[in-house]
Parts: sequence; structure tokens; C-alpha cells
Amino acid sequence: MSSPTSTPGGRKRERDGNPSTPSSEGPISPPSQRRRGQDSSNADLMPMPTSPATDLLSPAPPQDTSLFSSPRPSVLPNEVDMSSPLMYGTPSSRVEGTPRSGVRGTPARQRPDLGSVRKGPQVDLQSEPPTADGAVASEPNAGQRLVIWGTDVNVGTCKEKFQRFLQRFIDPTSTEDENAGLDLNEPLYMQKLEEISVVGDPVLNVSCLHVQSFDAELYRQLICYPQEVIPTFDMAVNELFFERFPDSILEFQIQVRPYNALKTRNMRNLNPEDIDQLITISGMVIRTSQLIPEMQEAFFQCQVCAFSTRVEVDRGRIAEPAVCRHCNTTHSLALVHNRSLFSDKQMVKIQESPDDMPAGQTPHTSIVYAHNDLVDKVQPGDRINITGVYRAVPMRANPRQSNVKSVYKTHIDAIHFRKTDEKRLHSVDENSEQKLFTEDRVQTLKELAAKPDVYERLSSALAPSIYEHEDIKKGILLQLFGGTRKDFSETGRGNFRADLNILLCGDPGTSKSQLLQYVFNLVPRGQYTSGKGSSAVGLTAYVMKDPETRQLVLQTGALVLSDNGICCIDEFDKMSDSTRSVLHEVMEQQTLSIAKAGIICQLNARTSVLAAANPIESQWNPKKTTIENIQLPHTLLSRFDLIFLMLDPQDEAYDRRLAHHLVSLYYQSEEQIEEEFLDMAVLRDYIAYARTYIHPRLSEEAGQALIEAYVDMRKIGSGRGMVSAYPRQLESLIRLSEAHAKVRFCEKVETIDVEEAKRLHREALKQSATDPRTGFVDISILTTGMSATARKRREEIASALKKLIQARGKTPAMKYHQLLDDLRGQSETAITKEMFDEALRALADEDYLTVTGKTVRLLG
Amino acid sequence: MPTTHDWINNPLGVVEGMFAASQNNPNSGWEAKAVEFFKDHLKEKEAQTWVPSLNDVPLHYMKPNSLVKFRCLIQDMFDPEFYMGAYEAVDPSTKAKVLKCGKYKDVMECGVDLNSKNTVTAERQTFYCVPIPGESPWVKESYASSSQARVVPSTSYVPTRQKRSYEEDDDMDTQPQPQKQREKHTGLQSPTEHHGNGECKRRETEAPSNQTAPASHLDLNFPLPGEKGPSCLVKVYAEWDGFKLNDTLEVYGILSVSPALSALADEKDVSSSFLDPADSMETAEEQRVHCPPASLVPRLHMLYAKPLPHNNPLLPPTLEDNSAFLSSTLSEMAAVRAELLTYFTHILLGDALAAEYLILHLISNVYSRRDVLPLGKFSLNLSGCPTVSSYTECLYQVIQQLVPSSFYLAMSLQNMNQMKFVPKKDYVANRLVSGALQLAKHTSLFLDEIQLEQGQLDTTGVHNITALGNLISWQKVDYDFNYHQMEFPCNINVLTVSEGRSLLPSDCQIHLQSQVAPPNMEEYLSSLHMHPQASQLNKFRMYLSVARLLDYSISDEMTKSVEDDFVDMRKDDPRSVSAEDLHSMLVVSRLLSLSLGLTSLCTDSWLRAKHIEVLRRSRVEQQKCLNGNEP
Repeated sequence: MSSPTSTPGGRKRERDGNPSTPSSEGPISPPSQRRRGQDSSNADLMPMPTSPATDLLSPAPPQDTSLFSSPRPSVLPNEVDMSSPLMYGTPSSRVEGTPRSGVRGTPARQRPDLGSVRKGPQVDLQSEPPTADGAVASEPNAGQRLVIWGTDVNVGTCKEKFQRFLQRFIDPTSTEDENAGLDLNEPLYMQKLEEISVVGDPVLNVSCLHVQSFDAELYRQLICYPQEVIPTFDMAVNELFFERFPDSILEFQIQVRPYNALKTRNMRNLNPEDIDQLITISGMVIRTSQLIPEMQEAFFQCQVCAFSTRVEVDRGRIAEPAVCRHCNTTHSLALVHNRSLFSDKQMVKIQESPDDMPAGQTPHTSIVYAHNDLVDKVQPGDRINITGVYRAVPMRANPRQSNVKSVYKTHIDAIHFRKTDEKRLHSVDENSEQKLFTEDRVQTLKELAAKPDVYERLSSALAPSIYEHEDIKKGILLQLFGGTRKDFSETGRGNFRADLNILLCGDPGTSKSQLLQYVFNLVPRGQYTSGKGSSAVGLTAYVMKDPETRQLVLQTGALVLSDNGICCIDEFDKMSDSTRSVLHEVMEQQTLSIAKAGIICQLNARTSVLAAANPIESQWNPKKTTIENIQLPHTLLSRFDLIFLMLDPQDEAYDRRLAHHLVSLYYQSEEQIEEEFLDMAVLRDYIAYARTYIHPRLSEEAGQALIEAYVDMRKIGSGRGMVSAYPRQLESLIRLSEAHAKVRFCEKVETIDVEEAKRLHREALKQSATDPRTGFVDISILTTGMSATARKRREEIASALKKLIQARGKTPAMKYHQLLDDLRGQSETAITKEMFDEALRALADEDYLTVTGKTVRLLG
Repeated sequence: MPTTHDWINNPLGVVEGMFAASQNNPNSGWEAKAVEFFKDHLKEKEAQTWVPSLNDVPLHYMKPNSLVKFRCLIQDMFDPEFYMGAYEAVDPSTKAKVLKCGKYKDVMECGVDLNSKNTVTAERQTFYCVPIPGESPWVKESYASSSQARVVPSTSYVPTRQKRSYEEDDDMDTQPQPQKQREKHTGLQSPTEHHGNGECKRRETEAPSNQTAPASHLDLNFPLPGEKGPSCLVKVYAEWDGFKLNDTLEVYGILSVSPALSALADEKDVSSSFLDPADSMETAEEQRVHCPPASLVPRLHMLYAKPLPHNNPLLPPTLEDNSAFLSSTLSEMAAVRAELLTYFTHILLGDALAAEYLILHLISNVYSRRDVLPLGKFSLNLSGCPTVSSYTECLYQVIQQLVPSSFYLAMSLQNMNQMKFVPKKDYVANRLVSGALQLAKHTSLFLDEIQLEQGQLDTTGVHNITALGNLISWQKVDYDFNYHQMEFPCNINVLTVSEGRSLLPSDCQIHLQSQVAPPNMEEYLSSLHMHPQASQLNKFRMYLSVARLLDYSISDEMTKSVEDDFVDMRKDDPRSVSAEDLHSMLVVSRLLSLSLGLTSLCTDSWLRAKHIEVLRRSRVEQQKCLNGNEP
């Protein structure tokens, strides 16, 4: 078996020369050998495979250096590394070989992730490979000469460098959540070691970026020869650790888990050059296998004399001892399964995440093996960054076939998993996702933001194929940026909604759907549904039986899926009432409560809703109010920050511009278009950047301006006995101003932001909340469903009717029609039957009368 | 007839020759040279027709390791694989180590030294390719008849033995010699293989390339039900990023049918699979999909791929570099159009306006996309069709006769609820399970709503209808990747035939006005089955394909006059014309110009477009009044 590397020089190849490596037990000190014997007999008594390790712990005083190697049951997890030529070594010899000094009795745990034999490589080498027993971890100085075969790694130097790195590395600017709670001005990793000594979890995660910034050469070695360098790191860190915390007791020796190898690669970019190198790729888990117990060491017992022996599993084969060493009986040894050693292994399949795939291609998949405690760390659906060693294994030839397939199987041995969306569950502000911006990009974005007309530029870049509707585009732009999240849960009010909701209504054929479609395509976490086609469960969540596991699982719907994104709902008016009712909670509280099939929970749905509705009469009736036109409950309407009418303006200049726009849309070449507008990708990045890094707060002046604006709005209506603003409108104004500040990449909300928010809000109100009867803006159309004038008129008619009845004297019952005729005769204005009915209802509410059929009875 | 071409019969010889020659000179770039060699040879006049095509020659006629071509659609893309680009093998006779080339091969020769340091690992990509879905029979025939490939001499196949009885099939003498030898040599004889070959032989008198029928346990994953033909695993060695899913290609490559590839899980003995660490990575399903028997799914090592901008064998491959052809066709276009119009009018029960719209529909093409908006699509809803089901079928046959690929989809409740429309990723088998909407560009999708009946759509049905709606409105299909959806743009002409207004959206609805009196209908319909002459059909076919591929522009003056016109129309009655109407008028005028062979808009076409739009709209209005209750 050869390593399939194409890397020049075949660096691994030379190692083929050391099969006889630490030539059996030759160089090993007798004490260790004796110890070993005791160990195994010790272990024999223990039923559990791992027990020898723990067993060893207690009797061994930490300082006792003579206590070399723990049983280290299996260093040779054959499974994976078929490619490693080291496999040729005799496994058992290696187990006992290579004393681990500096670790003082804490058992080492095998690292199947590194593919076997960590001892092998250290054996070395200067001149006569097979004889020298390298490792020599205890004598770093002597190590100077040694270079691991096929690499340029010198164990001693490497160890020293890494220890220096651990002791000295400081990253004051670290923002990673893993480092939360650590003093950034102290050596980072020493604090982590301290943490290990307290917590007892013997894993040290090391960011490769840190290593690189500390020592580029060390980093290069780590990336190129992970199989050799990581065990060296392990040794180094253990020495350091036990030096510092001599009394701490760990279950295993500390293992170093590097992550964030700088070349965070796309799965698509993996190529033969990467084989056996340390890589970090991102992807989504699509399948995990069941746990695969893999035999590491077989346990044989002689049927005659009960003598037991252990055999390492070598490349999936167990060399069954033919003769019992003790009593010399042939073929008397039997395998005892439950005393053999097994390790955990799991196959994980990951797929390219949809974001970093070229259009028009299908996603690639890779196979990942997780070992030991990494098993079951990830679930299907998780987005992860995985760091590991890329491997290629030749396809096994069918024993009956003489030809060999010329194809390799590739997989990744996982060393470190990092969920990219893990944080989403913890904090609201998850947007600091792994969305990386290159410095150039940030520079471009900042330049763009510095332009005075950035707001106009961005809004015109939004859906350029849709003509005009500037204010609507601006509204949607602000919606894309969103307000700043505020948390008032301490004062009992919970989270404030930061997302803007927008409703577009208007004539059919005014490209509302197109606008929605555009937004849906623009934002990373958008959902698009149509009111006609979606049910309440489709929007929220439903419980279904998983066909595989037969368990009830919660499947989330569009609103939950668009958490932190935008949910575009087309044909909002065609939604059934029950469906719409679920939106109430989502649009203000931003949560979704579910009580179904024994699952009661509250899901986050911090989504902006962008809805489009058609008027009920298919054409917008300018003589009616918004509510009457689209027949939506006002409770829902008042939850929209902005309601725009998309009407067909009827004037010549507009028509001409529209015609020109459309014709050129059809016949302009791509390049011309490109020049005119911002690229969609730039826009997307701009929004992502602003959402991630900009969190504007209100400035003093802006606060004042907002207060004034609100008071003004209240005043407008109060003159006519109408209320034209509610606190909800004030909140909308705040959100809009914050969003506008975000557009400018400004951390402070200033007066100009408030001005624009006011303007936009007024525009939207002017369009949607104008009372068609009076021509005034009347917010109560949206908040109560009825304009103040209409309400006033109803009251007038009711009182006129009451007067009429009172004038009649004591008649307990009246005819409906007669009463209507009388009222009509008396009134100056025309009274329709509906108005009369309304008046009757109002009086009935006052308990003044009741209406039964065609008769009206007075009460009391 | 060409003489024996070594580069066709033994392309590997050419490749190996170049490889060997390059050994002394590491920077020779032999790989590029080899590809160039085949490209050059294929450029020769008619050279492409000498290469046998997997589309029309049964697989077992083909000589293994010869150069073949395959007209196909990329149905799925598998993961890239690493292979030994060069390896060292021990020559059994001389015992000397020889460096061999592993490129364009699946199987290495015996005596490979796996530990040699001269091994070179290289990467290649595998595409799963199927014949172009819905390809019309006339296209297949036309391609097959133009082929000059001599396949028979390359095998020991004796044509007279073709008609032997079923029983004798067990005798494998009729097998191509090399394959037979190989089988004996390896001692591996899978039952499926025998079965497959025998089946093919018996059916030889039918259409060629019908290998798939017996392979019931192996789903070849064709997008459309009832498709026939081989599917292929195409190994791509360079620039695979340039290929996209659903691309149509003509692949020239080296055929590999080594039985060693047929690694069906059930053939493996248990112990070996237990020992093999590689085995546990894959489920049996995955193995079956990724390593199907080579006799059913041959491997093709790509040397050269020619993208197909159209799939019409009557046209030269590209129009740009063939100006003579183009100008001669353009001059004839108006005349052919008139003939076609007459023919369609006849088919559409004497309705000339509907016939006109049908022509426009058939030459429509998504020529560009502006953010999410596909430009140039023109899906047609032909309402008011006679409810006799034979009529719509007849109409479909007419269209099938004219376009290179098409699919008839009866929108019956059963079909809606049961058919797979949207391709879905199967993570167990690790492949994209195809659906009926995975179609090549320019495919005509014929939706027969007459077949619609009362009943309830289940979840699948609703999804299917949504997918159809998306396809029509946005010309995209959202493939289902289980955890997320992925959007694949498409370019499909959708014609919906219905009684009333279609339940699906459409760019344009035209109500059929039959000029035939109802009593004569039966008789009239039966007369529709008459097909025009072959030469006329060919003219129509060329006409439709050329009109679709023409470039089109609009001058500044015309832009101005269109604007003026629009403003004037709005002046009279703003409600009469909306922006949407301008959209459709622009599309209609474009298609109308192209249908006349004009590559830019002129006033006449614009006025004509306006005129027919008005006529059409008045008909729709009329229909609304008649039905009353329609929105």
C-alpha cells in the first residue's frame, strides 16, 4: 500500500524503510517491560476494555518517571490509514516501545484521527533509521539532530517552538467566543491549560491562525505534516501541562486539536495536492452513520492454560496466534470478544453548503470519519467547519480480480468540528456568522458608504428591472437593513422588534411579485410563499412522523426558516383567516408558539415580513380606504411599519419613462446594464456587512427629533378630533431611522436619519391611510379599520335616530321599514340601508333597543 | 468510405504513444497535445460522422476502448475522484518496471506497483449522462442515418446470426470478441450481464439502443418515464467547472466496458467487504448507483465535448460560422412561415390567429435574464380546445414532428399526484433522482389540461403544480436537496392546452375559435392525422430552429416610436394598456420579427404585433363575458 500522494519526492515513501522500527523490545528499558507485564495481568481482571487505563492512574504517583507507558492498548487503529507505509511496522512492538516521559502516568489516548502510529514517525533518523529510537521526548536537546523521515520536522525544535507558542501567544484582539472569559492580555493558551486543569477535559483547541501569526514555519509544518506534528504538539503540551499542574489528574493525556487551518477550503477546491495535509473545509452534514465499533486489539485466551494474549488489529486483519506461548499447545487460543478493545468510529457525510457553490452545478459531498469523542458531535443538517487530515485510499482490488481499479477513495479524518451556526441558538446577534469579508471588499464597501448618495444608489440598485417606485424600493432597502435589536427583558418587556414589516398593495400587474421574488433572491435567508398556496402549518411548523425513526419530529415552516431573514408572502389577501392569525404573534412578538402532538414550544421567528396583497375588487378603488380595498383585519395591518400602494400612476411623462425603461430592459446588452447599476453581489455584501457590524444607537438630537416628529403626528390629527399616531408608529420611526443610519455605516442615529424615516413614513401613510372621503391622512383607518370621519358620521346618524324614536313617544315596537323611511325623510343627507343598520346596531349596543326580524323594540 | 482509422479504433494507442514519447521530456504537455490531436482529427470534414454513436448503435456492437460519441444531457454530477494518472507496472515477460499511463482508463494492468514513487495522482470528475430527454424520433433517425461509422467490422459479430432463437442465446459466441475474452479471463460473469446482452440481441430489429428494458432493479434515472437508451458515466479530465447540470453535449470519448467495473454489492463475498475499509463508506444503494454494471452503463472517458446549442440534425452545428446557410435560410423564411401558418391553421380548426401565436410560441427562447426576470419566454395557453382527447394528442404529435425534443404531460389527477416532477437528491444513494422537469433547454413541454378531472391533489400534487407554476413564471425549477432547495434556471417552452382558462399561469392566453361546424368535427379531426411531406416537414423543422437562434436588436428610432406609441395609447385610456401589456407586446413584436426572418424591429412588425394583441385580447374579453363567473 502506498501513499497516493502526488507531491513530489514522495516524502512518505522513504519511511517504508523502517518496518522493523523500534526493533521489537530491544531498546526499551527492562522496567518498562516488567511494568507492562503487570499492567496486562492487571487489566485481565478488568472486564471493561478501557479499565487498564484508569486502573493505572491511581497507583501511579505522578512524579514517578519510571512509570513509562501506560498500556496504551492500541496505537494502531488500523481502520483508516491504509495509505500509510508505517503500517508495515510490527504493531505490538510499537506499543511497548517509545516511553512517554513527561506525562507521568496519565494514559495517552489513541488518536485514530491522525491515522495510527504516532510513534512511528518520531523514530528516526539522521543516518541509520531503523536503530535509533527517536522520540526521546525527554531530551529535547538531543532532538536537535533528528528529523522525521520524509519531512523536515525536527521533533525537538518543533516541540520547543510549540511550547514557546503556548507560553507566549497573546491575541488582544481576539473576538472568538471560545475565548470568552479569558484575559486577552495574558497568554491565551496558558489560560486554557489552566482551564483544562480545572475542568478536566483533556482537549486543547488551537487556532492555526494563532500558530501562523506566531511562527509561520511551525504553521507550515503543521499543515503539511499533521500526522507527525500534532503528536509532537501533544507531547509538548503534556510536558508543559504536567510541569505546571503536577497534581492534576486527567482521564487522558491532553490532545491538541488544531482548527481554522488558514486555507479554509471549499470542498470543490480539494485536489490531490491536499492529500495527507491538514485542511479546514466547511459544509453541511447530510448523513451520519451509526456508531461503528472497531476492534483495536483482539484478546485471545488459551483454552488449555487460560494464558491470555493480545493482538493488534492490523489493516482489518487479526493475526491469530497459532501456538500458545505459555503451554505450547497449538491452535488453542480463542478470541474473547468482550475483552477485546474497540474504539468508536462514525461516518459523517458532508455536502458543500449552498452558499459557496457555483450556479448550475450540483453540490459535492465528502466522507468524514469521526473518532472517539467526536462521534455524535454533529447531526444531519448542521453546518460545520471541519478540520482534519485529507486521505486517499486505493480501492481494494477484488481478490478474484487481477486488475485494479485506478481510483482512490477519499475521506477526511476529523480532528475538530466547529458548528458555524452554533451561536445562533445562544445570542440574538448571530449575524457575525462566518461571513468573511476580504479587506478589499470591506474597503470597497466603506468607500461606497462614504458617498453622499449611497442611499439613492442602493435603492436604485434594488430590482433595477422594476421601474420607479423609488419610495417603495427605499422602504424595502431599509427593511433589508433592519433596526437595532434592543433587549428590555430586564424591565419585563422582552425583546423589541427590530425587523421592519412592509405591505405592498395595489393593482395586479404592478410587478409586486417580481419585487418580492427579487428580495427573496437577494437575502441569504429568505423564504417565498404565496398566501394562496400556504396553510398555517406551512408557515409555522408541523409535527410529522419521521419515516426512518418513527418518532415525531417538528418540521419548521417558512416563518421559522426565515428567522433573521425575510419572509416574502405573496397574495397576502388570499390567505385564510386561520393562517393569517398566526402572523399576529410573529409580526410583533417575533416568536411562534406551538402546541401540537405533545410538543409545546416557542420558536424564534425574528423575521421581516414583506407581503403583497391585491385589492379585493381586482382593481384598486380610490374611493375606498385601504382596509376596504384589501379586506385585511386592521389588527394585522397595524403591525406593518410601512404600507405602500403600488398604483399605476397616470401621467404622460411617467409613461414615457416607463416605456423607455422597459424597451431598454429588453434590448440593452448586459454590459450597459452593469455600468448603470450596482452588482447584486455588492449589494448583498453591503447589506450583510451593515447587518453584522453596524449597530446604530440613537443620538441625543435624533431622540429629540423623534419626539418632535411623534408629537407633530399626534397634533395633526387632534385638530380634527382624530388620532393620527400611536406608539407603534413611534417604534416604526425609530426602526426606520436606525436602518437608515445602517445604510450610511454610521454607529449613531442622527437627525438626517430621522428626517428620512419621517419622510418615508409620511409617504407610506399618505398613500395608505388617506381617508378617501376627506383627503386627510388618518391613521385610525389602519389601527381601527375605520376612519374617524366615518365613525363620527355613524354616531350622528345614531343620535338622529334616537331623537326620532324619542320624538315618537312611548311606542314599544316599530316597523323597520317605516323607521327607515322616517329617518330618510328627516335627514338632509342620503341615508343608505347600511348606514341605517349601523345606527341601529350602535343603539342596540347601548341597550336602547333590540332588532328582531323586521320589528324594532325599545328596551326599558 | 474512410479507411481504418487507428485514432477511432484504438485511441488509447495514440494516447499511450504520446505518453511514452513524453517520458524523456517532462514539460512536453502531452496531455494537452493528445486532446488537441483528437480535436484536430474531429474537425476534419465528416470525421465526426465516422465515429459511432452510442445513441444509435447498441453497446455490444461497439469495440471496447474505441472512440465513440454520445449525445446527452448531464443529469447528475458525482464527486470528483482521484486516480492514478501514471503508475509503474511490472511487465510479466521482461520483469522490467514500466511506467504506464492511467489516464482515460478505468482499470490498471496487472502487476501494479502500488508503492512506486513514480505514481502520479490526478483528479477527474464524473458526470452521469442520459440521452436528451424527450428527443423526437425524427431527430434520432436523422442522426442515425447520417452516421458513417462502421461498427460491425470491429467485432466478430456475424449479422446472419442475428435471428437465432432465444434458447441459443446462452451461447456467447456472438459476443464481441474482446469482451468475451475478458470475461473468461477474469472468470467473472454476472448474471445480469448475460441477461442484458441477450435481451438486446433479441430486440435488435426494433429501435437501436434499447438496453435498459430488462434492468428492472437498476433505475437508470431518466427524467422522463418510458425513455430508452443507454446512460453513461462520463469521466471528465479537464475544465469540468465549465459544464453545468442539464447541459446538452456531444461527448467524444473512449468507451470502457470492462466487466471489472461491475461491482454490484451482491457479487462481493462477505469477508472481503468486511475487510475492506472502503466498503463501509458506501451503502449498497450508493454502490449500485455509482458503479453500475458496465454493460448497462458504460464509462466514457471524455476527450472532447461539443456543446449543442440546438439539437436539430438538419442544421449546421453553429450558425455563426456558416453565413451561406444562414442567408439562404433567411431569404426563405417568410415563405416557409406562410406554409407553416397554413398548416397550423388547418390543425387548429381553421383559426389563423391561434396558428400565428403557436408559431411565436414555438420559436420563443429565454435569451437573457435581468435579475430574476427571464426575458423572451412566451408560454402559451391554448384554451377552448375540443374536449376530445384525441385532438390534443394529435396536436402534440404535430408539434413532436416539428421540434427536436418535446414531452407530453397529461395533467390527470393521477399524474399530478404520482409523478416526480422536481428532481430530488437521494442522500442514501448519493444521487440526484431525476424528475419530469429536468429537461434540456428548448424542450417543448405540452401540458394537456383537458385530462384534468375532479378530485383532490395530495401534497405531491400541490408541490408539482407549484413547480409547474414556477417553471412557467420564472423559468426555473427548485431542485429539492432535502435540507435546502437549489434553483436551476431552465429554458422550456410550455404550451398549456385547456378547455377554459388554464389553472396555471401563462404569458399569453388565446381562445381557440373553431371554424369547423360541430357536426363535421369528427370527420375533420380524423383528417388531421395526415402529415405533410417529409421535405416540407424538414423545412418547417429548420425554420423553427433557425428562428429561435437568430439575434435580434432594436434601433434607437424604433425605441422612440415604441415609447411614443405607448404614451399615446395611455393617453386615450390609461386602463387599457399597462406596463405588463407593454412587456408582452415587446415580446410578441420580437418573436413576430424573428418569425419573418427579420433581426431588428421595424414599424410594420410593431403594428402587426399590436394588432394581433388587440385581436387576442378582445377574444379573451369575449370569453370572459360568456363565462361570466370567471375572474
